[in-house]
Amino acid sequence: MDNVVLSRAIMGTSLGFHIVFAVLGVGMPLLMSVAEAIGLWRHDPAWIALARRWAKAFGLIFAIGAVSGTALSFELGLLWPGFMAFSGSVIGLPFSAEGFAFFIEAIFLGLYLYGWDRLRPLAHWLCSIPIALSGAASSLFVVMVNAWMNSPTGFQVAGNRIIRVDPLAAAFNPSTPTEDLHMLVSAYLVSGFAVAAVYAAGFLRGHGDALHRRALPLAMVMAVVASGLAGITGDTSARFVADDQPIKFASQEGLFPTTTGAPLHIGGVPLPNEHRTVFAIEIPHLLSWLLKGDPNATIRGLNDFPRDQWPNVLIVHFSFEIMVGLGLALGFCGLLYWLLALRRRAPPMDRWLLLALVVAGPASVVAMESGWFVTEFGRQPWIIYGVMRTSTAATSTPALGPTFAIFILLYVALGITLARLLLLLAERERRRAAISDTREIPRP
Amino acid sequence: MTNLTLADGVAAILLLALTAYAVLAGADFGGGVWDLFASGPRVRAQRIAIAAAMGPVWEANHVWLIFLVVGLFTAFPTAFAALSTALFVPFTIALLGIILRGAAFTFQTHGYEAAGDLAPWGAAFGAASIIAPAFLGAALAASAMGAVRFSGGQSVTAGWVSWLGADLALLAVALCAYLAATFLMVETEGDPPLQADFRRRAFGAAMVSGVLALVGLVLTWRQAPLLWSELTGRGLWLLIIALINGPIAAFAVWRRSPRVARIAVAAQIVFVLWAWAVGQWPALVPPDFTIHGSAAPESTLLALTVTIAAGMVVLVPSLALLFYVFKGRNPAPTLSDRSP
Repeated sequence: MDNVVLSRAIMGTSLGFHIVFAVLGVGMPLLMSVAEAIGLWRHDPAWIALARRWAKAFGLIFAIGAVSGTALSFELGLLWPGFMAFSGSVIGLPFSAEGFAFFIEAIFLGLYLYGWDRLRPLAHWLCSIPIALSGAASSLFVVMVNAWMNSPTGFQVAGNRIIRVDPLAAAFNPSTPTEDLHMLVSAYLVSGFAVAAVYAAGFLRGHGDALHRRALPLAMVMAVVASGLAGITGDTSARFVADDQPIKFASQEGLFPTTTGAPLHIGGVPLPNEHRTVFAIEIPHLLSWLLKGDPNATIRGLNDFPRDQWPNVLIVHFSFEIMVGLGLALGFCGLLYWLLALRRRAPPMDRWLLLALVVAGPASVVAMESGWFVTEFGRQPWIIYGVMRTSTAATSTPALGPTFAIFILLYVALGITLARLLLLLAERERRRAAISDTREIPRP
Repeated sequence: MTNLTLADGVAAILLLALTAYAVLAGADFGGGVWDLFASGPRVRAQRIAIAAAMGPVWEANHVWLIFLVVGLFTAFPTAFAALSTALFVPFTIALLGIILRGAAFTFQTHGYEAAGDLAPWGAAFGAASIIAPAFLGAALAASAMGAVRFSGGQSVTAGWVSWLGADLALLAVALCAYLAATFLMVETEGDPPLQADFRRRAFGAAMVSGVLALVGLVLTWRQAPLLWSELTGRGLWLLIIALINGPIAAFAVWRRSPRVARIAVAAQIVFVLWAWAVGQWPALVPPDFTIHGSAAPESTLLALTVTIAAGMVVLVPSLALLFYVFKGRNPAPTLSDRSP
């Protein structure tokens, strides 16, 4: 394999691994903070116990997120020296801001995790706020950089050197609003469904205690609100991409010829060599109507663009279909949960619904990763859209093969150990809670 | 002196970040070293003291590295790319060490109550705590020697696979261990036998560091003429202060003055790093990359400086709070739920 493929493989693996922890780092602090706030407000020790339990799990998750994020900051230079030499001065600013956000998150998490007995309850709760805020800010700052790779602005080039830089224009590039918001709400979506899945599984295994009865509805509030927002921001994103990166949009939709009254392809297999998408459910005129509000509007297809600027259409289209399909299913799950809850005036405990929620946890992660596949594979062959090709940016070092192998082994080891520890921790907490239940916790 | 510019200012900020990382995270790496070499009748107590000292602060200490990397590629992108290319192997190994150290430490401390002793991760914690500073030290040696060139194309072992690289790798580990042992002397003030354990370790590390530093000077004189001329030129006064401060720090350990020793050892790191940085100024990565020649456009440097200034307004009080709560009094905290 050549260095470009290996560099992409290593970077993609590292990003795909890190982002799972990164999104939980955005959403879980908010859940922790709300749980502790309710506990303090209502003098309810069960809510406090829940915040404590989440804090323990989050301590592990955050650390893995921190070290895997460090890998990324190094890999930018190690794998893509050409890219960094060219663009470091343009997009370094949001990274620097992210550095501070990471600082604040790490500092207040230290206070939060180790401060239960050292800080007064209110002061302790206050520490959760900067964690939640800086987690969200980190996500916004980092995605600004990716947005810039999609719509590079704020610099002037002479030869292949950057001469003029407007770092603010680069940070707030045209893709920033849609991409930032869509990622942020997706982070809450994944966190909500991931936490809900844990407690749904607990109910199914008959462990439903006071903590479960509090945790599941709270997580589902976050999940359903974020699902709705993810739908809205996703729609906005797609409209923006249609204007800004028409090749990516046509690949997403599997649209080859430029079409007046374009159909929506649901599923299907794009065949780039034959310039058509087969086996799809085609709904006539729907794509034109969705995008332009006019069933007979014209949508540009891939055939309008030189072949050497196409991404891997198959991957982009599949990833897009998976993201949208799972996103809709997740939103439906969330709505169903709350409709049943409102009708019965009690959280629904139906076995089938709990099973669906257990599946929804991992499904939300798949949806989020697929979204990144769409934006990353969809930008190829460019590392900076229209400015720098990925193939010119990679390192020339001969050591990439072993590096890839070692990183995969490391991530597998970390993933397995973390999962095992979280399960053991949950088991132990559950047993401890069962003991204190018999001692009768004062209930509100 | 030629006129100092914004680029020099940013370089100075990055030097401060490197210094903060070396002192604060260095002590955390040293903690890992002593976890690995815990011995005697108080093995368990030594490890608990190390975990308690690191627990609340290691992640914040680690962020100085991110700050440094990000600042370097924002302000000096071409030098960053050259460093990343020439030092791919030592940086990648150090990175693996950093990932493994953080993960292993967390697994060990947070996992302990759930899973009991996680022996392989305990060993990984110690080993990774040696690997990371060693390879960062070797990489620093290569850069200081002038092995990172603009043209690229040099061998992947250039500079860091050398006697000086090996010496600085060992010196980095020894200094981390020295820092950690003196910091732990302060943390264990309430437990004299345990403090005596760390005092012995601090003194041993002091001797080893001293020998490695002197060997390093001889090697620099014989094998790295560029670095030698820098250290004996503009950096000489800092080098002389370091040579005086070194014995003072060791003496403070000997005299059982942990608080003096803690400051003196931290100061020793400062003097050594600054002697190198001041010595090579105005070069950033000698000989090809100067601070001015590799700096980003003025607008970037200005925006970066403003961002850092604004960030510091939030960061400094937050860090002060963290260290006040956990380092202001002894004994250090443990994860609150360790006791049932």
